[in-house]
Amino acid sequence: MLDNIEILVQAPVITLDLVLNGLLLGAIFALAAYGMALVWGVMNIINIAQGEFVILGGYVAVVMAAYGIHPLIAVPVAALLLYAIGWALYRTVIFRIVDRDLFTSILATFGISIVLQQLMNTIFGGNVRIADAGLGTVFLMNGMVSLAQVKLLAFALAAVLGSTLVVFLKRSRLGQAIRATAQHPRAARVLGIDTDRVYAATYGLNAAICGACGALVAMAYTVHPYIGLPYTIRSFMIVVVAGLGNLAGVIAAGLGLGAAENVAGFVFGTQYQLAFVFLLLVVVLVWRNRRLARKRGYLK
Amino acid sequence: MLHYRTFMIAAVAAASLPFAAANAQSDGSIITLGAAVSLTGKYTTNGEHTKRGYDLAVKKINEAGGVTVGDETYKIEIKYYDDESTPARGAELAERLIQQDGIKFMLGPYSSGMTKAIAPVTEEHGVPMVEANGASRSLFTNNWKYLFATLSTSEQYLTGAITLVAKNADDLGKEPEEIKVAMAFENDPFSQDVREGVLDDMKEYGMEAVIDDQLPRELNDMTATLTKVKALKPDLLIVSGHSKGAATAIRQINELKVNFPVLAMTHCDSADIIGKFGDGAEHTLCATQWAPTMSYSDELFGSAQDFAKLFEETYGYAPPYQAAESAAAVQVYADAFERAGELDSKKVRDALAATDMMTFYGPIKFDQAGKNIAKPMALYQVLDGEYKVVWPSGVADTEAVVPRPST
Repeated sequence: MLDNIEILVQAPVITLDLVLNGLLLGAIFALAAYGMALVWGVMNIINIAQGEFVILGGYVAVVMAAYGIHPLIAVPVAALLLYAIGWALYRTVIFRIVDRDLFTSILATFGISIVLQQLMNTIFGGNVRIADAGLGTVFLMNGMVSLAQVKLLAFALAAVLGSTLVVFLKRSRLGQAIRATAQHPRAARVLGIDTDRVYAATYGLNAAICGACGALVAMAYTVHPYIGLPYTIRSFMIVVVAGLGNLAGVIAAGLGLGAAENVAGFVFGTQYQLAFVFLLLVVVLVWRNRRLARKRGYLK
Repeated sequence: MLHYRTFMIAAVAAASLPFAAANAQSDGSIITLGAAVSLTGKYTTNGEHTKRGYDLAVKKINEAGGVTVGDETYKIEIKYYDDESTPARGAELAERLIQQDGIKFMLGPYSSGMTKAIAPVTEEHGVPMVEANGASRSLFTNNWKYLFATLSTSEQYLTGAITLVAKNADDLGKEPEEIKVAMAFENDPFSQDVREGVLDDMKEYGMEAVIDDQLPRELNDMTATLTKVKALKPDLLIVSGHSKGAATAIRQINELKVNFPVLAMTHCDSADIIGKFGDGAEHTLCATQWAPTMSYSDELFGSAQDFAKLFEETYGYAPPYQAAESAAAVQVYADAFERAGELDSKKVRDALAATDMMTFYGPIKFDQAGKNIAKPMALYQVLDGEYKVVWPSGVADTEAVVPRPST
């Protein structure tokens, strides 16, 4: 471990390489996390099927690439398809659990995730799949820092999607309705907002974000019917760290987590990569709790 | 009164006859083997390869007249259950096969983890199990008497790579003991066994491990490890993390343009690295249990090439080694049944222990622990977009290109 730190001190450019690659990875997680924060904040549902939506989006890219269509086109296609799937899931399952307690919704979405996994396994087979975007690598600092173009692209797309969402939620009628429903569903209903429709749109929107994210995952990483869980867990952590309804926080937490994870993997070895991330989560929660306790102290 | 009683006894006897027939599993001149194989869940692909290997051997044996045990000929049949890729389910189904279905001979499931769950059950009931897809060394350290494996165990998977690099150390401009090795192994029993074997061989040559990373199971990114490879410039990178690990490694090595002389890994063919990455996979060394080009042959299937042809005709794709070793497991049973002379679990078990045969898949002979010690592991290298066997030299198609020409 010490010699690893020594390498980083002697060659700071490697640290830069690690941090940049980590940020690129983090952007993907941030995207999935943003969808989760949306559903959680508006509908009070923790969507365990988040990772499966991501992988489904990945398969859209894989299938399109197999038919010779450039996987980049799959990003909007996956978003549209997943919107439809999310909407259909809301109309069949999710609407029954919106007002129930968190445990019920966790159980229900967990069930959805299992069904989706098995369906993907049956339809696409258990093999590891990728979609090749045919992009190269960008070198910086005499080739010491190498960044895959497809990851840079994913980063840029994540940024564009993220900011579009903010504008959408702030400006559009539906976005305003979503925010109103999140603040006070009953009051929103009294004021004539069809909250049921808002919920369906929110859940669909989340699935669409995941779908786009998944298409990027297929181009930059790998997809497999059972690899959804890491995306669910990372999203969950990012949302917990950032807090609900805090897009800037979600993005910062996502990027920070990606970078921290990559550096930790280098310093402590990959076996401690996840452990480090969870440790970070505990630290953040303890720190937050103390800050809140102090605030409560003032109020007394 | 007496008359009535006789009638009752006869009636009961008559009524129980069909049950007796249904329970005796080798009746009607059929021997039924039992197997719990993954047909859903994460092992689906390889579970399918396993089942097809079994089925093809059964078909071939039955076509050739079946097996002769004592003075009777039997056809072979397999009763399958889907273990859903879950160890607990596998153990449950093994129990069911033995207790309810009266199976006296078992074939193995796919993967070490599943085998580990099922073996205690077969062992407890004294039912022999010939398995073809559980390579973990830990399966053969429990003093199990009824477990036999046709494949080479996992610690042998990549030792060939170490030997090859040591032999070609000159071309790397080094002595063997100066070779630096980077290791990235998934944190699961199989990959950790592979790592143990590699470490043993490295010790023999006095090689140094400069990186020893354990990849998480839910691996999707290897940047941290590969950045370290870039910084420390090892001569050999070894990766073992099933198909996912193989695909992720090759993808990111190419993306990050990490350059080093030799790359060796497991699961190249199941990850289909040539199909996915084309040139990006060139010169990779891959562990394999078996290859169609090897010079092994037997009377049932003919040569390894013949088996490959038959398999491809039947199922529409070239047989991965998982299918070959599974077919060999059925052949081992057929051979043991004939030598045992009767269908008694204990007798068949002893006959299995005394197995010493040649198959299209390679020689099979079990040691005390039940693992096949006669067949060596082999190494492929991706050369011009094809897998070529490069090690061991006896069965190799061509010389290995070590180190790979720098790009």
